Amino acid sequence: MLTKRIIPCFDVADGRVVKGIRFLNLRDAGDPVELARAYNDEGADELVFLDIRASPERRDTAIDMVQRIANEVFIPFTVGGGIRSPEDVRQMLESGADKVAINTAAVENADLVREAAERFGSQCIVVAIDAKGSAAGGWQVHTYGGVGGGTPVEIDAVEWAGRCAEAGAGEILITCMDADGTQEGYDLELTRAVSEAVQVPVIASGGAGKPEHMYEAFVNGKADAALAASIFHFGTHRIRDVKQYLAERDIPVRL
Amino acid sequence: MKVVVVDYGAGNLHSVSRAVVNAGTRPLVTSNPSYLDDAEAVIVPGVGAAADTMSNLRASGFVEPIHDYISSGRPFLGVCMGQQALFEVSEEGGEHECLGILPGRVVRFANGLKVPHMGWNQVRIVKQHPIFEGVGDGSYFYFVHSYYPRPADPEIVIGETEYGVNFASVIARDNIVATQFHPEKSGEAGLRMYANFLKIATTAGVS
Repeated sequence: MLTKRIIPCFDVADGRVVKGIRFLNLRDAGDPVELARAYNDEGADELVFLDIRASPERRDTAIDMVQRIANEVFIPFTVGGGIRSPEDVRQMLESGADKVAINTAAVENADLVREAAERFGSQCIVVAIDAKGSAAGGWQVHTYGGVGGGTPVEIDAVEWAGRCAEAGAGEILITCMDADGTQEGYDLELTRAVSEAVQVPVIASGGAGKPEHMYEAFVNGKADAALAASIFHFGTHRIRDVKQYLAERDIPVRL
Repeated sequence: MKVVVVDYGAGNLHSVSRAVVNAGTRPLVTSNPSYLDDAEAVIVPGVGAAADTMSNLRASGFVEPIHDYISSGRPFLGVCMGQQALFEVSEEGGEHECLGILPGRVVRFANGLKVPHMGWNQVRIVKQHPIFEGVGDGSYFYFVHSYYPRPADPEIVIGETEYGVNFASVIARDNIVATQFHPEKSGEAGLRMYANFLKIATTAGVS
């Protein structure tokens, strides 16, 4: 049976992991390769690296990091942050990334997702959507999510997810910005709305604080994968314990 | 041992190559078909669409050399698109003629489930084979695909996976082994399969 995936996410800058990693017994908690190995051993199904300070000048550092991860890690990993053109996608894939996450650039360049999917295949194109609940109901897409709360754009997140999937995205990573960092649980309504709107797999993101939240994301949110950062990095829960919890509740996971 | 990874301008060459290195041999990653002449093991990886895979294989002159190589009885490993390409026809984006080495068609999942079939799923071993040495029945492997092969000859299916239907996730015939999943992205179990393939190739070279 196809399992639900648990995906730890790392923020990186200049080729280093920047968020505190508290629980693992590591020599160098900033080294993406060492962390990737450790999380692989813990039972992570995939890894996501988001370059939070991506820029053309730092491109070489990012590529070097992707190559080093690819040399050592034999599970799929996604790289995001600063992917703005098919050329950026190509560079990351050739360096060894399995997938790239496109966020702001997908909104600003209407053809990017289609072009990238046609050239490299849908399987490697993840569209990441940052969304916030809007007063009028529904959820509004935000670009530049990492900068001061993001910039709202006049697009409904659920509708946007549908359009991206139609354009060729192989997967949708949906982050609820209101829930992100709260550790109070994923936005299940948003996750479910997106999951029901698209035929491609959906990764829930933002708000994971305990194993129950992942359970809810799968059962109530109908997500295919759950992404989390703090819950794992700060040692609140181990990946294997989360998977055990899920398995006991009849959620198919790889143990 | 001369292990060749076929580079026809598509896909996950890097990870396939690293998995072979991990198994103890540095492969030659090449877009030059003449290297198949004296290869002792050949791997055809692949991601993406069937039409692209076939047009790339044709454009880079690999079609005949792959036929010749397989006819010669030397060990061959196909991964993902490298498995699908072995069949006669793929229905991906119309009807595309493939290599036609194995009878059968490549068809789309039509079961109302999400496509692509993406993530970790189990392989049930239906027939023992040296490629499975040390790999437990029901082990998890990483899949990402929207189409799957439907071999005309069920005898070549050695591993099956369930996703709405039971499909052929590992096939073997004579010197051919091919997987629908990506062993190079499937952690320990996948690396084990690369090691097993090299062992098969080593044994073949000795005999």
